[in-house]
Amino acid sequence: MKGTTNSKPAYGYVAEFESASAIYHAAEKVRDAGFKRWDVHTPYPIHGMDHAMGLKKSWLSALVLAGGATGGLTALFLQFFTQVTLYPTVVQGKPTDFSTLPAFFPVIFELTILIAAFAVLGGLLVILMLPRLNHPLFNSKTFLKFSDDGFIMSIEARDPKFSREKTKELLESVGAKVVELVEEEV
Amino acid sequence: MAKGTTDSNQTVHPSEAPGVKRESLILNNRSMSWITDRICGIVENRQPFIWWVLFVPAVLLAACLGYTLVYLVSTGVGVWGNNQPVAWGWAIVNFVFWIGIGHAGTLISAILFLTRQKWRTSVNRAAEAMTLFAVVCAGIYPGFHVGRFWMVWFLAPVPNSNEIWQNFKSPLLWDVFAVSTYFTVSVIFWYIGLIPDLATLRDRATSKVRKFLYGLFALGWRGGNRAWKHYEMGYLLLAALSTPLVLSVHSVVSFDFATSIVPGWHTTIFPPYFVAGAVFGGFAMVLTLMIPVRSLYGLQDMFTLKHIDNMAKIILLTGTIVGYAYIMELFMAYFSGSKYEGDAFYLRIVNGPYTWAYFCMFFCNVIAPQIFWFDKARRTLWLVFIVVMFVNAGMWFERFVIITTTLARDFLPGQWGYYSPTWVEWLMFAGTFGLFMSLFLLFIRFLPVIAISEVKGVLPESDAHYPDWQKLKKGRAGADA
Repeated sequence: MKGTTNSKPAYGYVAEFESASAIYHAAEKVRDAGFKRWDVHTPYPIHGMDHAMGLKKSWLSALVLAGGATGGLTALFLQFFTQVTLYPTVVQGKPTDFSTLPAFFPVIFELTILIAAFAVLGGLLVILMLPRLNHPLFNSKTFLKFSDDGFIMSIEARDPKFSREKTKELLESVGAKVVELVEEEV
Repeated sequence: MAKGTTDSNQTVHPSEAPGVKRESLILNNRSMSWITDRICGIVENRQPFIWWVLFVPAVLLAACLGYTLVYLVSTGVGVWGNNQPVAWGWAIVNFVFWIGIGHAGTLISAILFLTRQKWRTSVNRAAEAMTLFAVVCAGIYPGFHVGRFWMVWFLAPVPNSNEIWQNFKSPLLWDVFAVSTYFTVSVIFWYIGLIPDLATLRDRATSKVRKFLYGLFALGWRGGNRAWKHYEMGYLLLAALSTPLVLSVHSVVSFDFATSIVPGWHTTIFPPYFVAGAVFGGFAMVLTLMIPVRSLYGLQDMFTLKHIDNMAKIILLTGTIVGYAYIMELFMAYFSGSKYEGDAFYLRIVNGPYTWAYFCMFFCNVIAPQIFWFDKARRTLWLVFIVVMFVNAGMWFERFVIITTTLARDFLPGQWGYYSPTWVEWLMFAGTFGLFMSLFLLFIRFLPVIAISEVKGVLPESDAHYPDWQKLKKGRAGADA
C-alpha cells in the first residue's frame, strides 16, 4: 500500500446477475471486450460457460494420466521385485518367473486407480491454489451469494483493461443487477 | 460443447420439445434458495426428537462392538464359533455383507454420472456416505479374523526383519489392495463432491466454530468458473476411475472363493454374480435409509417417487440377475458332470444342515423383488420398504449360504462339521449396525445429506439456454415456504 490516499486499493468489481442465462450472455461480452483476470462465480457449474468465457479444456487429465502410470509401474515393480527376485514364494503350483504376470494384474490395477485418484485431488488443489482460506472477495456480501443462488461476476483491478469508471459501465451495460467495488485487504 | 452455446431463440429447448415428457426431478417448481435452505436447515436446526431416539441406542450398540473386540483380542479368536472345517464363519459372512452394501454409493456416483443419469444428484451424497460407513464396518472383520490383530501390518508390503514378503499371487492380498483402494478413492470422491456444499455451509454459518470448521474443509472455495472447469474435469476423471474400481472390488472379493478348489466356490460365474448382488444389496440399503430420511426432513421435493421408482427398477434388474446366477450355478453343477460340484449343491439345497438358509435367500432375493414389475408397487413407500428389508436379509443369507454350507460339507464326509455363531458374534454383528447407524446419523447432523450444488444444476433454469426463466421466477414469487 502506497499510503498516499486513505482508501484501500481496489481488488476489483463484483457484479450480480439475475440468472444463468443473463450471466452467460454477459460473460460472452466481457470475453469479447478482452478482459483476462475475471471469473464467473456460480452455485453450480453452468454448462457451456467455458466457451462463453473463452477458456480452454482443463489440463488436469494430463496429471492424472501421469499419476495412473506411476501407480501401475510401481505395482509392477513392487510385485516383480519381491516375488521374482527378492523372495520367490513357491505356492499353489504357480511359477515364480515372468509367466506369473497374470497374478499381478489385480494389484497393478488397484494401484493405478489409487495413485490416479490421489493425482485428481492433489492436482486440483495445486491448480486451483487451494486451500486459501482468506480472500478479498469474501468481504463482499454480494459475492457470498454465489454459494446460494447468486450469479456473480468478478473483474480484478489487476487486469490491464480495468478502469474504475469504464469497467463499471461495462458491467451495467451487460445487465448486472448490482455492481460493487471490493477493496483489497491489506 | 459447441452445441450448448448456440442461441436458443430460434430453436426449441429440449425441455419444451413435443413428445413424451420426462418427469421433473425437482417438484413444485422450487428455487435455488429453497434448496439451499432446506438442505442446510437439516444441519443448522435442532435435530428432531427421533434423531436422538435412534442415535443413543446406535451409540450403545457401537460400544458393544468395542467391548466384543476388546474381549476377542484379550481372550483369543476361540470366542468365535469358527472351527474346522468352518474356519470362515460370520466374520467373513459379515465382511462380504458389508462390503457388498458399500457398492451402491460409488455405483450411483460413478456409473450413473458417466451415463448422465441426472436423478443421481439427489441420491449420491447419502449413498456415498453410506458406502464409506459400510466399508468401515466391513474392514473390521478381516482385520480381527487374522487372529493377531496387532500383526495386521504384515498385510502391507513393507520391509520387515524377517525379510519375508507377501504372496502377491494370493487373492487374499489382492483383497487388501482392492478394499483399501476402494475406501480411499471413495473418500476422495465424496470429499471433492462436498467442497462446494461445505462452502455453502461456511457462508451461512453464524457461529464462529462452524464458520471456522466448514471454512477449513471448504478450502476457500469461491465457485469461480475457472475452478469449476478443473473441478468438473476432476470429478469426471474420478467417476471414470471409480467405475472399473467398483466393479473390480467385489470381483476381487469373489476371487477369494472362486480361485480355491472347494466345490461350490470354484466357479467362473462368481465375479459378475457377486457384483450384481452387491449393487442389489447396496441399493436396498440406500432405500432403507433414505425412505425414512426424506420423510423426516421434508426432502420429498428433491428425493421424489421418481427416484425411488428408478432405484426399485435397478433392484429388480440386479435381483433377477442374481436369480439367474443361482439357477445357473445349479445348472453348471449338473452339466459339468462333476460329482463334487453336484453333491455340494445337493447338500446345499436338498439334504444339508442349512437348507433353510438357501430357501430364505432365494425367496428374499429372487421372489420378493419381482413385485417391482408393477408400477404401483415401485411407488408405494411401505411396500418398497418391506421389499428392501427382505433384500437386506436375503443378501446376508446369500453370503451365509455360500460360506457356511460350502465349508461344512467338504470333499470327505469325515471332515464334515457344523457351525453356529456364539454370543460374541451376535453382539459384534449388532455392534456393526450400531456403528453404521451412529456414523450415518452424525453425517446427517453435520453434513448436507443431498448434494446442494448438483441438485441446483438439474433445475430447468440452470441451463443458460432455458428460454422461460423469467416466467418460472414469477410463478414462484411467494410460493417458497
